[in-house]
Amino acid sequence: MAEAVKTSDAPQEVLLHVEGLKKYFPIRRGVFQRHVGDVKAVDDVSFDVYRGETLGLVGESGCGKTTTGRTIIRIYEPTAGHVIFKDQDLAALRANEMREMRRSMQMIFQDPYASLNPRMSVLKIVGEPLEVFHLANKEERRERVAHLLQLVGLNPDFMVRYPHEFSGGQRQRIGLARSLALNPDLIICDEPISALDVSIQAQVVNLLEDLQQELGLTYIFIAHDLSMVRHISDRVAVMYLGKIVELTDRDTLYAKPLHPYTQALLSAIPVPDPVIEETRQRILLEGDLPSPANPPKGCNFSTRCPQVQDICEQEEPPFIEVEPGHLCACHFVKPAT
Amino acid sequence: MAGTQHLLEVRNLTTRFHTEDGVVHAVNDVSYTLDEGDTLGVVGESGCGKSVHALSIMRLIQIPPGEIAGGEVIFRGQDLLKLSDDEMRKVRGAEIAMIFQDPMTSLNPVKTVGFQIMEALILHKGMDKASARERTVELLTLVGIPEAAQRVDDYPHQFSGGMRQRAMIAMGLSCDPSILIADEPTTALDVTIQAQIVELVKRLQHKFGMAVIWITHDLGVIAGMARRVNVMYAGRIIESGPVKEIYANPHHPYTVGLLGSLPGRSGRTSSRLFSIPGEPPDLVGLPPGCAFAPRCHYQTPRCLKETPPLEEVGPGHIAACWEKDKVRRV
Repeated sequence: MAEAVKTSDAPQEVLLHVEGLKKYFPIRRGVFQRHVGDVKAVDDVSFDVYRGETLGLVGESGCGKTTTGRTIIRIYEPTAGHVIFKDQDLAALRANEMREMRRSMQMIFQDPYASLNPRMSVLKIVGEPLEVFHLANKEERRERVAHLLQLVGLNPDFMVRYPHEFSGGQRQRIGLARSLALNPDLIICDEPISALDVSIQAQVVNLLEDLQQELGLTYIFIAHDLSMVRHISDRVAVMYLGKIVELTDRDTLYAKPLHPYTQALLSAIPVPDPVIEETRQRILLEGDLPSPANPPKGCNFSTRCPQVQDICEQEEPPFIEVEPGHLCACHFVKPAT
Repeated sequence: MAGTQHLLEVRNLTTRFHTEDGVVHAVNDVSYTLDEGDTLGVVGESGCGKSVHALSIMRLIQIPPGEIAGGEVIFRGQDLLKLSDDEMRKVRGAEIAMIFQDPMTSLNPVKTVGFQIMEALILHKGMDKASARERTVELLTLVGIPEAAQRVDDYPHQFSGGMRQRAMIAMGLSCDPSILIADEPTTALDVTIQAQIVELVKRLQHKFGMAVIWITHDLGVIAGMARRVNVMYAGRIIESGPVKEIYANPHHPYTVGLLGSLPGRSGRTSSRLFSIPGEPPDLVGLPPGCAFAPRCHYQTPRCLKETPPLEEVGPGHIAACWEKDKVRRV
């Protein structure tokens, strides 16, 4: 089913084209480390990212959203598939070629405590990419770091300090400054606000939006918080157990979700309004996520789907375009003809 | 017992921690009441004292470095802070039960789930082993564990995150407590599992009529769960009132900012989020005055000198702000 996801009649430039991407982690047992199975963390995922947009990648823990991000940037080696970025297939590049490409694609991480080296000063952390690519001498580096810190709303005098002297929100800003050091086109944001307090989350999201405007950045925004994804994304892909089940623009997804999983997921988000909550009916899903080492036969969602039929347990539904720009993988969502 | 008596009355509760960096004023002068069968939400960001206040009620604060420096916790007419350790042990679990954020660390990994629930029944209810086991299976079925009769002998690692939290709830309910304190019980869980747990607690509360104190940072969960809300900041309750009133008509600038920083309130999806500038304060050596003043739009010189008292702003609705009459919703 690995057909390319083309969102028809879209005039925008495709910056990143992902096709049939798979990442399996082998399970090995016994003295001889025999290969007994695979954890199918990402299983045949295809999508495009347009220049200047924010693509939200949402799903619950274990759905493969983080692995997708990491496989695109080749922190993990893909098991199969293509990642076309600037006319090159990243999945086929050699390590040193890939290193060059990473100048244009950067990543920021969830845990601002684990992602910054505690023994390095902010100058060193933010300036390291420049050093690695021999882009600036010491003096220029200082200047550039000062500029970058200003860009993310930190005092340039902070560059002599160390990560432990900063709060979570400030650390996330430092990580962002570092990712901007090489003027990337694409930033993969892996749950960048999940570890932050509510009042700080809004600060970081606003900063991300400002920088996108100012620098023309493209984001893949990976998160489980659907209300924040709704706020920041232009288009949203919903993942379940290693596959994208639905992909469309933000407003359509939230107004008219087609896949039963998307419907349940949206209905599970609590609305911060007691009057609405009082009367709202929830679609409650039964049970837990199946293990990606042993996904169900047929549709991955068939074990929890409230609308499950026989065919769902037999055949895997194809991921098809049901309306222009609206893709969905469900046997019972058909294109209007 | 007088008809006007509350189930739980917290008066001027103050908890401190003596650390190397100085005295951490974790809970400052917290007072509120809780009635039978009621649901109270406690919201605030990390470090606001919401969990420590609950642990203080349960007397689960480690002393030292902690110290419950003042106040009273009146439960059914007796002050829990004055009870001996033995007397308190009879209240804990049996009368007031608590469930925690991380069900993996709060369950003992080398004992079966069933054993851990039975333990409370044998201890508090004086049941024999066979009837405790029978009751445990009943409880696990009640909280929606499939095939409870088999799963009762599983170890915690054999349960998923949602099932572990269900098991914790079963444990909390085992002795029919009159108060269940839930400390961020769904924070570690996915939204679809969170929805299951929230519905479960509501259903059980309806069935058994216990009061619930639900502690969270998630204003969405509180909206669908609680009848009253306490908003905490830097160890103090800064606003308290009926949930609908607080969300529709917040009077403290912090509550206003917190609600404003949520995406998707009143359909404002594409506009900029409102954000509260700055960071929460360090609880060591809090400056005088209102703790929120350094981050507040409405700040006046008075705010930096005097701590505002909680005063009535509407029916059953109180807020601690000198400028509360000027505060507008964003």
